Amino acid sequence: MSTSRSENDPKRPADHYDAAPSAAGVNDPKLGVVGWLRWGWRQLTSMRTAIVLLLLLAVAAIPGSIFPQRSADPNGVVQWRSDNPDWFDLVDKLQLFDVYSSAWFSAIYLLLFVSLIGCILPRTKHHLKALRQKPPRTPARLNRLADFREETVAAEPEAALEAAEKRLKRLGYRTERYGSSVSAERGYLRETGNLVFHAALVGVLICVGIGGQVKYTGQSVIVEGETFVNSLINYSSMNKGRLVGDDALTPYSMTLDSFDVSYVPFGQSGSGQAGDFSANVTIRDTDGGEESGSVRVNHPLGVHGDDIYLLGNGYAPTITVKNADGEVVFKRSVPFLPSSDKNLTSTGVVKVPDGLDEQLGLIGFFYPTAAELESGALTSGYADLYNPVLTFRAYVGDLGIDDGVPRSVYELDPSGMTEIAGPDSEVTSLQLTPGETVELPGGRGSITFEDETPEGADLSKIGLTESVKRFVSLQVHHDGTKLWVLAFAILIVGGLITALLVPRRRMWVKVTADGEGSRVEYAGLARGEDPAIRRAVDDFADAHTSELR
Amino acid sequence: MHENAVAFDTWSVISLWTAIAVYALAFICYSMDLAKRSDSSIKQRDRELAVVGGAPVAAAPADEPVAHTNNVMARIGTTLTGIAFLLHLVAVILRGIGDGHVPWSSMYEFAMTSTMLFTAVYLGALFWKDLRFVGAFMTGLVTLLLGAASMPNIYAPITPLSDPLKSNWLVIHVFVASLATAFLALSFALSVLQLLQTRRERLVGEAPERDEKKNLLRTIPSSENLESLAYRVAIIGFIFWTFTLIAGAIWAQDAWGRYWGFDTKEVWTFIIWVLYAGYIHARATRGWRGTRSAWLSIVGFAAVLFNYMIVNVFFDGLHSYAGLPD
Repeated sequence: MSTSRSENDPKRPADHYDAAPSAAGVNDPKLGVVGWLRWGWRQLTSMRTAIVLLLLLAVAAIPGSIFPQRSADPNGVVQWRSDNPDWFDLVDKLQLFDVYSSAWFSAIYLLLFVSLIGCILPRTKHHLKALRQKPPRTPARLNRLADFREETVAAEPEAALEAAEKRLKRLGYRTERYGSSVSAERGYLRETGNLVFHAALVGVLICVGIGGQVKYTGQSVIVEGETFVNSLINYSSMNKGRLVGDDALTPYSMTLDSFDVSYVPFGQSGSGQAGDFSANVTIRDTDGGEESGSVRVNHPLGVHGDDIYLLGNGYAPTITVKNADGEVVFKRSVPFLPSSDKNLTSTGVVKVPDGLDEQLGLIGFFYPTAAELESGALTSGYADLYNPVLTFRAYVGDLGIDDGVPRSVYELDPSGMTEIAGPDSEVTSLQLTPGETVELPGGRGSITFEDETPEGADLSKIGLTESVKRFVSLQVHHDGTKLWVLAFAILIVGGLITALLVPRRRMWVKVTADGEGSRVEYAGLARGEDPAIRRAVDDFADAHTSELR
Repeated sequence: MHENAVAFDTWSVISLWTAIAVYALAFICYSMDLAKRSDSSIKQRDRELAVVGGAPVAAAPADEPVAHTNNVMARIGTTLTGIAFLLHLVAVILRGIGDGHVPWSSMYEFAMTSTMLFTAVYLGALFWKDLRFVGAFMTGLVTLLLGAASMPNIYAPITPLSDPLKSNWLVIHVFVASLATAFLALSFALSVLQLLQTRRERLVGEAPERDEKKNLLRTIPSSENLESLAYRVAIIGFIFWTFTLIAGAIWAQDAWGRYWGFDTKEVWTFIIWVLYAGYIHARATRGWRGTRSAWLSIVGFAAVLFNYMIVNVFFDGLHSYAGLPD
């Protein structure tokens, strides 16, 4: 490893094809502990190891695209479990549902980054020194170099040398005179770019690591006209890093004033496709400040350092339940979750624990534009509200919410309850259109599907399209490190371009007196990939000789 | 969406099918040229022998391929490729006018535009180096991919753009991804030839008389030159691929609320990036330069094709904009 700078610059791992073969480790058969450590470190930081680790990383990433990942698709994992109950435990033990946080995947990329850091630190030190050094001495015999050329010119040796040096400087070379020769080097930016690229990769990794500790992501559902207060308990789900305190959220409130959506009309290509979604909100601060904005797809709304994203939307029919005495025991706009059907057939659940003789549970289906199938079952033929219909299966009994076990508001387990309306009872499912009221069987009370069309609206124009409120599902996301990641990403691209495209090369011009004129030798040496070195030497020699003629 | 979208799309399809037919003709011409190359690898040597009056000539320098002078079929092939490219371009532009947005928002459109870039990169590269020996591969690949994309189970009529795609990043991210793919395809072809050439050179090294045998590989550059060409094309592709990855992450931050989430397409884009990073390192490593690095380039492009076709059709994920018929 005692090669001189001129032979080994930029500094490279020992197995770089351009590096001088190293004799270290071969001559001393007995390695001490330090020797072994040094040997191991050299192995880890070698190019060979880097390649093998890169290939391992590529292979290790594949299972994550085959098995559903908890981080990206938790429902897929649940589905996989019910499809393959026998295999689930084994696959889960192998961390195949959490590939990218698994021990084996982490081991590979951490080793890769250790190898990377072990490579770039000494190279950076070396490069910083090289940046301050003069180009190397001119080799004694230039004609031994592959890219060599010789010419005779009429000019005096000194004049020829001066012209060469000037020209090299103009081409961006750093030059130094050694006797009757000029030594020049250019393309230091190549190694700079290389080091910036690799250091920026480390930067991204560190930012992502820190980001995981300080970021939070929460989801909430807001119905038109309702208000969400930004605090932990109001989120339907919240993932936060370890370093996010309970008081990290800014206490503002957000009201969903309206939700816009447009549909491709019947008969056109893509009929029924929804688009131009916009959740129009008003944000109120604790100090009374008020600000309105809209959350759209691809256009998150920035509020107090949080970004608010539109994740989904659907219908929230307003349902009123009255008891036998006509008192209101439930009145709420209930978000119905859309199925995967693009015409927004949706399902929702109503739970009425108090005010009736028995607890009441309703499992509902909502069809924005109901149509009857041949079988008699309902389906939705369009996503907008042309013929909204709500149907319910009704159950009485114990809702199971009094025993302290948390239950999803979107699910109802009717086992242990008695069906009073629906396919398995004497009364068929309850069916309602906006504004309609039906009696609950057995004189238990009544259910109303409220018509939410604004007062004074021109019904001949809007029909039923505003009779049901809509809800949006919003994601609130905060990641203080994202701009850092972006900055490093820009450095990655910039570093990569310079590292791959800027040629690093040396050029020498040696002049000796030859009768009246001079004999000029030109030679070039590529440092790393440089397919154009031959042309560079020729171009320079041509320009230089024609200048002196 | 243009009010006459259907008419524009119809003309686009007609132009595209014509382009496919001309590509197929170009492929035939290039293939005939390859066959001719085998012959000229012999005839040229005979001529050299005749010039020196039958005296044995010193082996030509390893770097210099045997001259391939009778290349009329290659010239016709290139002209046909140029014509096909223009028809292809017209098809893409008509589709874009019909769409009212950039024509790369469904799998059909993406295939149409990216294969056009394949041809553009190939034709552009001809100004730089005579690479007509990969013409048969490039026109063959484009014919196949376009033919597949025009099948009824991939073809999608013009529909309005869905909300997630309404972004300037659609223009940049997808276009640069296609461009990267085009460069990587060309690099792949050169790497395959490099392997074949390496094999021939090894056999010639073992038995020099083999060099006299009829072989079209004698008319193309040496394995070392092919490797250098493949590398120079691949690094352009790799830079574009890196940019695609980052542009995609920026878009994902706006659209999905996170810049990286190991979505299926993200995973495969990452795998491809890592494979090509491995390739570039291998090019600079003793023991990996040459054949091994060429294999990495080939595996890398296989992953690109996998990402391009299989992942779109068979894997679930957020990038499911293929617009395939149900």
